[in-house]
Amino acid sequence: MIEIKDLHKSYQMGSNSLHVLKGINLSVEDGELVAIMGSSGSGKSTLLNILGMLDNADSGEYILDGVPIKNLSETKAAQYRNKFLGFIFQSFNLINYKNALENVALPLYYQRMPRKQRQEKSLKYLEQVGLKDWAHHLPSELSGGQKQRVAIARAMAAEPKVLLADELTGALDSVTSYEIMELIQKINDQGNTILVVTHEDDIAHMCKRIVYLKDGVIEKDEKIEQVRVESHVQ
Amino acid sequence: MKQLFDRDTWIEIFQSIRKNKLRTFLTMIGVFIGIYIYIGLSGASKGLDNGFERQFKSVARNSIFVWAQSTSMPYSGFKIGRQIQLKLPDVEALKKQVPEIMAIAPRNVRGVFGSNPGLITRGLKSGNYSVFGDFPEFTKIASKKIYDGGRFINDDDIEQERKVCVIGERTQKELFDEDEDPLGGYITIDEINFQVVGVHKFVPNSPFDNDSDIYIPFTTYRKLYNTGDNLAWFAIAAYDDADVVKVEEDIKATLRRIHRVDPRDERAIGSFNLGEIFKRIFGFSAGLTFLSLIVGAATILAGVIGIGNILLISVKERTKELGVRRAMGATPGEIKNQIIIESLVLTMLAGIIGIIAGAGTLRLIDSLTQGGDFPYTNPTVPIPYVLGSLFLMVVLGILIGLIPAQRAVSIRPIDALREE
Repeated sequence: MIEIKDLHKSYQMGSNSLHVLKGINLSVEDGELVAIMGSSGSGKSTLLNILGMLDNADSGEYILDGVPIKNLSETKAAQYRNKFLGFIFQSFNLINYKNALENVALPLYYQRMPRKQRQEKSLKYLEQVGLKDWAHHLPSELSGGQKQRVAIARAMAAEPKVLLADELTGALDSVTSYEIMELIQKINDQGNTILVVTHEDDIAHMCKRIVYLKDGVIEKDEKIEQVRVESHVQ
Repeated sequence: MKQLFDRDTWIEIFQSIRKNKLRTFLTMIGVFIGIYIYIGLSGASKGLDNGFERQFKSVARNSIFVWAQSTSMPYSGFKIGRQIQLKLPDVEALKKQVPEIMAIAPRNVRGVFGSNPGLITRGLKSGNYSVFGDFPEFTKIASKKIYDGGRFINDDDIEQERKVCVIGERTQKELFDEDEDPLGGYITIDEINFQVVGVHKFVPNSPFDNDSDIYIPFTTYRKLYNTGDNLAWFAIAAYDDADVVKVEEDIKATLRRIHRVDPRDERAIGSFNLGEIFKRIFGFSAGLTFLSLIVGAATILAGVIGIGNILLISVKERTKELGVRRAMGATPGEIKNQIIIESLVLTMLAGIIGIIAGAGTLRLIDSLTQGGDFPYTNPTVPIPYVLGSLFLMVVLGILIGLIPAQRAVSIRPIDALREE
């Protein structure tokens, strides 16, 4: 699903150049649930941004579902993002004047899906995250966990190839975090490929594979015994 | 373009406009006032135009009135202070010398300019009224509305020196009983019997009309008052395309020559040029229209710039939202269009409300000034002007929307998302 070869990225900070990614090689199969771990400054967010086509690599190869991602125009990048990727953010990033249903429908709107169909589909995904009854509530009327569920429903609504989650539990308490991870595991069980960037060990261990990033290189990449949230909490 | 007719686009736009009602409202005020001023002022100037036109509609636009006074310079052996007397043969000379003259009517009068009015009697009733000696040509300069069945003085009256007269509404009321038909009836003017052939309608607010004037044929007047070829003044109408100031000068020069007045003597021949006054009035209202155009356009421009300004702030505030939208697959073009349409909607909405308010105000002023002496009638703004101003707003709205739109897409989505 994802093929990355020798990826480099550096930032220009005034006269200094900051080499953030120093040759990343990563291959993610269909249906994997991968945690990318690392301390701050390790380059994990940069990697995720490049994976999300929000940022461009300096050199190296990135192939997503057989499509080489290179030198995209903004318009093309937008279309690929819409087609291939679903984003889940730490701070949810819901649009505050749109209700839950409208937020979920947003990627579908940019797919030019007819309104009726859009709403049906959005409602289906809201139901899947257990928020069908909250469809017409504004984000300000939802709890943090509920907001993140809406965000997850939104990321899934466009039926992307890969879900990219950036510290998705970072703004939530541990009980809610586990609930969200339970949802992530459930979605992964359905065969969706998910990449989770986190610096929390327990969250990482709820995935099936952990990639440790340190100073711009992959330090360790191992498949692990997945901790199921159901067993963990009780 | 497809985006423009998409219902979802409009829902998106109204959602984001509704998000900040007060700011939207304040933003729109600038454009609203601009178009309001434009509609209000240009409508008012049109109203003034119409008002003057109505007041002077009984008089030819290019009319000039010429009379004689005493000389202020000695000339060719004559002393200073000689009283000049206009004569009937002057008419032919003027027609020959000044081809721009469309109609010329010599007039005589008793009862104005210090002379005694005629004593009019009918049976036991009597009164003093102004008596005019007129030619039929006079109606070409100042139209006279005659009540049904009657007529004005005609050529036969002149030729045969008939003793007929046209009386005013008030004269009729004072000399005839209410149920009496004045036409065919007789009145005496300074002890001579005259048959009434017409009653002229009084036009209110007109500067050259009186409801008691009596008109008789010029030739009859001459006989009655023994005035010979003398006449009091000329009423002259020039052709529409003539330059009235030049015509006036030519007429006066000709009269000076005939009556042997120094060509430099400005006093000997007096005149009143209504055409020139008209020109000034219409020049004034044209100036007012022009002013309203300038002020309105400038205010609209200022208002539209205000809208652009607010949208810039709004784009800044929504940086993160726009970043999210782009992460969700919105193309830069879609983001841009949305902001331009937003700008357009705000501009047009403000403009249309301004036009409605302006039209309402014009209507209100119109109803308040109805029937008064104030020369103000039917203030309107021509539809092409309204459409033109709307078009201007569309263009300005789009142009000004381009700035925040460009700003919105110039931020990379990743930076937009990072924004807190």
